[in-house]
Amino acid sequence: MGSRVLLVEDEINIYEAISFLLSRDGWEVSGHGNGATALQEIARLNPDVLVLDVMLPGRSGLDILRDLRGQPETADLPVLMLTAKGQSKDRDLALALGANAYLTKPFSNSEMVETLRRVAAGGQKAGS
Amino acid sequence: MADRPVLVRRQSLTGTRIRERRMALAMRQSDLAQAVEISASYLNLIEHNKRKIGGKLLLDLARALRVEPSRLTEGMDATLSDMLQAAARETARSFGPPAETDRIDELAGRFPGWTGLIGEQQKRIAALEAAVEGLQDRLSHDPVLAESMHEVLSTVAAIRSTSDILVREPDLEAQWRGRFHRNLHEEAERLSASATALLAHFEGQGARAETLSTPQEQVEAVFELAGHHFPEIEAEGAAAIPAVLARIATLADDDARSLAERHLARYAADAARLPLAGVLAAAADVNFDPQVLLPLAGGDVALLLRRLAALPQGGAQAVPGFGLAICDASGALVFRRRISAFSIPRYGSGCPLWPLYRALGRPMVPDSAVLDLPDGSRFRAWAVCQPIGPAGFGAEPVMEATMLLRALPDDAPASPDAVPVGPGCAVCPREACVARRAGGRFG
Repeated sequence: MGSRVLLVEDEINIYEAISFLLSRDGWEVSGHGNGATALQEIARLNPDVLVLDVMLPGRSGLDILRDLRGQPETADLPVLMLTAKGQSKDRDLALALGANAYLTKPFSNSEMVETLRRVAAGGQKAGS
Repeated sequence: MADRPVLVRRQSLTGTRIRERRMALAMRQSDLAQAVEISASYLNLIEHNKRKIGGKLLLDLARALRVEPSRLTEGMDATLSDMLQAAARETARSFGPPAETDRIDELAGRFPGWTGLIGEQQKRIAALEAAVEGLQDRLSHDPVLAESMHEVLSTVAAIRSTSDILVREPDLEAQWRGRFHRNLHEEAERLSASATALLAHFEGQGARAETLSTPQEQVEAVFELAGHHFPEIEAEGAAAIPAVLARIATLADDDARSLAERHLARYAADAARLPLAGVLAAAADVNFDPQVLLPLAGGDVALLLRRLAALPQGGAQAVPGFGLAICDASGALVFRRRISAFSIPRYGSGCPLWPLYRALGRPMVPDSAVLDLPDGSRFRAWAVCQPIGPAGFGAEPVMEATMLLRALPDDAPASPDAVPVGPGCAVCPREACVARRAGGRFG
């Protein structure tokens, strides 16, 4: 597949598992764990698709998403948000702010792979 | 409307209550008449509310019927009546046919034990609903819980993804396998710690939730027990507060004790500014009319209202029963002295039409009104909204409204300006009231 995905996630063990998983699926995976500097990293790497956790140190994933949608360069960047189960407000807000899909933790690996493929292909709204 | 109560005055039903009580005791009319030395035909007129009674005859009848005289003249406590009305409405909404709300007095007369039980259950339900609301609110806004849940879910997500890889990748390189095993071990340790912390948090919440009474309720119980009058503080001032507190064993926690101290300190300050002997003598001379007594308080209307509510009832000066309600600027009731036949709710807010809330909109303007309650009872209310705490240049004052209540006698002339009010939307039967919150508490 060869597409580049940036995974903004501060939980190192989640990052390692997803990174391994997506690499096996053919993705070129980069990671970043700080919300405060995520926008600069996105601008620097210019990924094809973004996986963005909501709760990040330094800055919320929702705030980052809002800024992404407000900038012409990243307004159409496909974004898959990761939220925690039970945080329905986060999910609703993520979709309202322009997330292409969301996954609730804990998610299954197959869900992650399939959802990311779908988001990268069409960017249509989806979620679990 | 099926659940609308008959708007009759409680006092006019004395005869009905005598009849109901007599029938409940399976006593013949002639036997009761003989016991109180009147004719059976006169008792019949009394029982059909065609003759008013009072004085010795009322006391004799009450004794013969083995009830308190007030039970015959006032019927059941207004709060209990309101609770029964609310229970009836709630039952009708949930389970179908409405209860006979126009026969509540009759029910209380015939089955006082069962009536009290229903009322207590309704109070318990209201208390539990308030506790559930409080716990829901605590769960929704508890940052410790939110953080703990996020921690647990993140850990579970890492374990799920990692273990899935280990199971589904039998040919995983040894380096990756070792790393994922290490990650699993770390996450399992982390999950154990966060789950333990979460349980400890819930245990703490549970321990707090076991005591349903709030500090405000505990303090109110202390004041009720003392009749809202503390002779030691009247005599010795604030120096007597520790002794008063030491006597009270019902304050379960530091919050309740601290709140009690604050209320008693205000009581002591009030007593120092308006000493008992002076206010009692002056008030007795003018039939305890706050309007006439205003100059005594040097313009501090709220002080006067609080002091009248703190007078020892009865006694040589025949101090009447006063009720008191105090709310903060948000309208939340922070203190109350209950008065028979006028429900001041413990939870939520009272009737939006009470002068208490009207005063909030007109700070520093004393207000007074005659209040008509749904059951026909009438009260005179005096209210004012004043700043509390020290004043400061450029500082926003913190406002508080105070309302004093006094029952009007049965034969008091009708007031054309009387305001129809209720006990608060939660239990008010005035379905068509424009000030009614949609559905009320139980809607």
